[in-house]
Amino acid sequence: MSADAAQPASFAFTPEYEARADQIIARYPEGRQQSAVLPLLDLAQRQHGWLPRAAMDHVAAKLRMAPIRVYEVATFYTMFNLKPVGRYFLQACTTTPCWLRGSDEVVATCHRVLGIGVGESTPDGLFSLVEVECLGACVNAPILQVNDDFYEDLDGPATERLLESLRRGEVPPMGSATGRQTSAPAGGPTVLTSLSFDAAPAAGKGTE
Amino acid sequence: MPKLKIDGIEVEVPPGTTVLQACEMLGIEVPRFCFHERLEIAGNCRMCLVEQEKAPKPIASCAMPAADNMVIHTNSPRARKARQGVMEFLLINHPLDCPICDQGGECDLQDQAMAYGFDRGRFRENKRAVKDKELGPLVKTTMTRCIHCTRCIRFATEIAGVEELGATGRGENMEVGTYVEKALTSELSGNIIDLCPVGALTSKPYAFTARSWELRKTESVDVLDAVGSNIRIDARGPQVMRVLPRLNEAVNEEWISDKTRFAYDGLLRQRLDRPYVRRDGKLVPATWDEAFQAIAARMQGLPGDRMAAIAGNLACVESMFALRMLMDGLGSPHRDCRQDGAAVDPSARAGYLFNTTIAGIEDADLCLLVGTDPRWEAPLVNARLRKRWRRGGFQVVRIGATTDTTYAVEELGNDPALLSAVADGSHPLAERLKAAKAPMLIVGMGAIRRADGAAVLAAARKVADTCGLVRDGWNGFNLLHTAAARVGGLDVGFVPASGGHGMGGILGAATTGEIGLVWLLGADEFDMARLGRAFVVYQGHHGDAGAHRADVVLPGAAYTEKDGLYVNMEGRVQEGRRAVFPPGEAREDWKILRAFSAVLGRPLPFDTLEELRRRIVSAHPALGRRDVAPAPWALFGVAGPIQARPFALPIADFYMTDPICRASTTMAECSDLYVRGDDARTGTHG
Repeated sequence: MSADAAQPASFAFTPEYEARADQIIARYPEGRQQSAVLPLLDLAQRQHGWLPRAAMDHVAAKLRMAPIRVYEVATFYTMFNLKPVGRYFLQACTTTPCWLRGSDEVVATCHRVLGIGVGESTPDGLFSLVEVECLGACVNAPILQVNDDFYEDLDGPATERLLESLRRGEVPPMGSATGRQTSAPAGGPTVLTSLSFDAAPAAGKGTE
Repeated sequence: MPKLKIDGIEVEVPPGTTVLQACEMLGIEVPRFCFHERLEIAGNCRMCLVEQEKAPKPIASCAMPAADNMVIHTNSPRARKARQGVMEFLLINHPLDCPICDQGGECDLQDQAMAYGFDRGRFRENKRAVKDKELGPLVKTTMTRCIHCTRCIRFATEIAGVEELGATGRGENMEVGTYVEKALTSELSGNIIDLCPVGALTSKPYAFTARSWELRKTESVDVLDAVGSNIRIDARGPQVMRVLPRLNEAVNEEWISDKTRFAYDGLLRQRLDRPYVRRDGKLVPATWDEAFQAIAARMQGLPGDRMAAIAGNLACVESMFALRMLMDGLGSPHRDCRQDGAAVDPSARAGYLFNTTIAGIEDADLCLLVGTDPRWEAPLVNARLRKRWRRGGFQVVRIGATTDTTYAVEELGNDPALLSAVADGSHPLAERLKAAKAPMLIVGMGAIRRADGAAVLAAARKVADTCGLVRDGWNGFNLLHTAAARVGGLDVGFVPASGGHGMGGILGAATTGEIGLVWLLGADEFDMARLGRAFVVYQGHHGDAGAHRADVVLPGAAYTEKDGLYVNMEGRVQEGRRAVFPPGEAREDWKILRAFSAVLGRPLPFDTLEELRRRIVSAHPALGRRDVAPAPWALFGVAGPIQARPFALPIADFYMTDPICRASTTMAECSDLYVRGDDARTGTHG
């Protein structure tokens, strides 16, 4: 990994990210600045797309930690990508609820449409596909997470439509592919049916 | 004081004691891998599980504080079953390669598997394999054997002070290593080999050369620095196979430096194994008799005050005492054991000792370093300073060159004038020293190894006096020596007699021809060209600078090849013991001197080592002890002007300080890598 040719020689936060980093560090009491290591690594990953070693070193220097302590944290958490990933980072949940609801089809569609398997990236650098454990949205299973957004209630055709529009550079709205409201019953509400969501936003809030 | 019951025995322990420590107080052994007395508690190996009554499950005794009314069973069926389970899990991923593992025979896992191991494996999956890590020329890794006890990580972080090792990845993918491939940049790195409870970290130079049960073990002391680390020399036949630390809480605890541990291969190379005599400009092999006759012939008619003797850094007390007697008999007042020219004042013992003692560092609360880098000059003193610093409430201030010491140092700058300013109270540090409860001052050889060294020493003494470093039951004045022979040499008076020349004077007189014969007792660390046209006798064990310049070479014994006394920087007299015989015709140094005195017709008055030692003790009673006696505070040093020139450090290359290290290929590799910064060799170089 350390010999990876993709590793940039150096890394530094842009002024914008630097300001956010300083803001985060300031949240911690004096002498406890190292607690900011997780959010700072996240910032670095957001800035660079993935987390190169130079970024870990930069975070270590900024927090006055030994680099190895940062490497330990970064390698422990699976959400830090230590290798380059595509612009759309697809995380398919295959834990039991998603699997029962057809996650195999979602993964197979990704594989068919993009031509990549789990753990691979497309040559154009647009997509990377990984398999993840429970994303905590079982009620809308199966889920495909694209970068920070959840696309829910997917099946083969819905996944294909999603991937095609991403490939065109269009990012469809996140949420359920079947059009249901958040995690309401698939066939529409079965209780509180008399409530009108459009007219009374305060009441609508209660049903969510 | 919590009172608890372990295996039916009531025991009262100090608060904060763990259950495991309480068991040890009763002499009950609890198996463990991750727990180590000198490291922080990790509690991750689970081997120390014991049963606690009324607890829902077995407890990890290493991490559980002893509490009142606990009832502990260390050997109940439940405790045994729990440990057997832990052992089975540990062995799941541990290779069955004991026959080809260097740890075999001294492996904690092997030993404990005898007690708790299952006689067959139930795991049918593949064992995990882990890529080996490259940690430099000293530590060999076989990471598949690692059981993740994290002792090496904790040692590097806490004791060595180099945060370079860590555990990356998680779960089954966790690996111990540096992540970015690099050699460990610590002079204490070899200790992780001893700490490793399995064969994951073994000694690279020792790899596959011997089995622990074939080795003859000799308890001795190290002479490669002035700490006097207690060591165990493991030898097979005529060869030293390895050097390991021996526990001595007062000196090295249970650590040794990499130089102490790995320089032993230098004992095999460049050895002087027969006498040589220079004929027609070339050193040619000779017999002992020819060599002695050649010296005697040169001495014929040469008045004693035209002869001089210089003792080197590795000489034992006996050989220096014998050489001094020999030179006294010849009427030579010119002798010195300070071949680096350090202005150590031999008149008062307190003036040249590390008076605080190494263990005493732990009681200090403020330390002023003067012209010293303890990390290279005495790694275990540095480790002790770091240990004290980690506990908190300890400040280190330095006047001298800036180096990485592994603890925070307040650098005042490298200006000798600062020392005078502290001494006369005009520097704010003076007030801090006065206010401190247990202040100490460490003067390095670099500060006094200069023309104005005596004045620097006097200024340091003045600091000690004016700032109250010497108080009831506390002496905060310390000299940090770098040579194992130095304090012993000063103790037996291997310094100029009245009217005699010191180091500088001897070299000056030799250059002018005033001194016609110089006897070097293993002295190699000065410019041989300054010996001029003097007839040089080199008595020593390695063909280093001194032997190349010599007219007669007398092959002596290295520290592993003779019984000898050494006095460490604290003034602690310790006994080195013979582990192997000197090679070829080489002999123990006191015997050489005794034999030569007979050739001169005036034999030295001893025939055995015991007689010689009795004479030493009757002349210098302090050497009769085997521990440290506080030296009375006295006058020393010669006040004078101090030059503005900054202090230089005495050691340019930690791995190349003496003839043994310079002959060692292991030390040469370390020097290439760590000192000359040839980083390109890491990773590919063997």
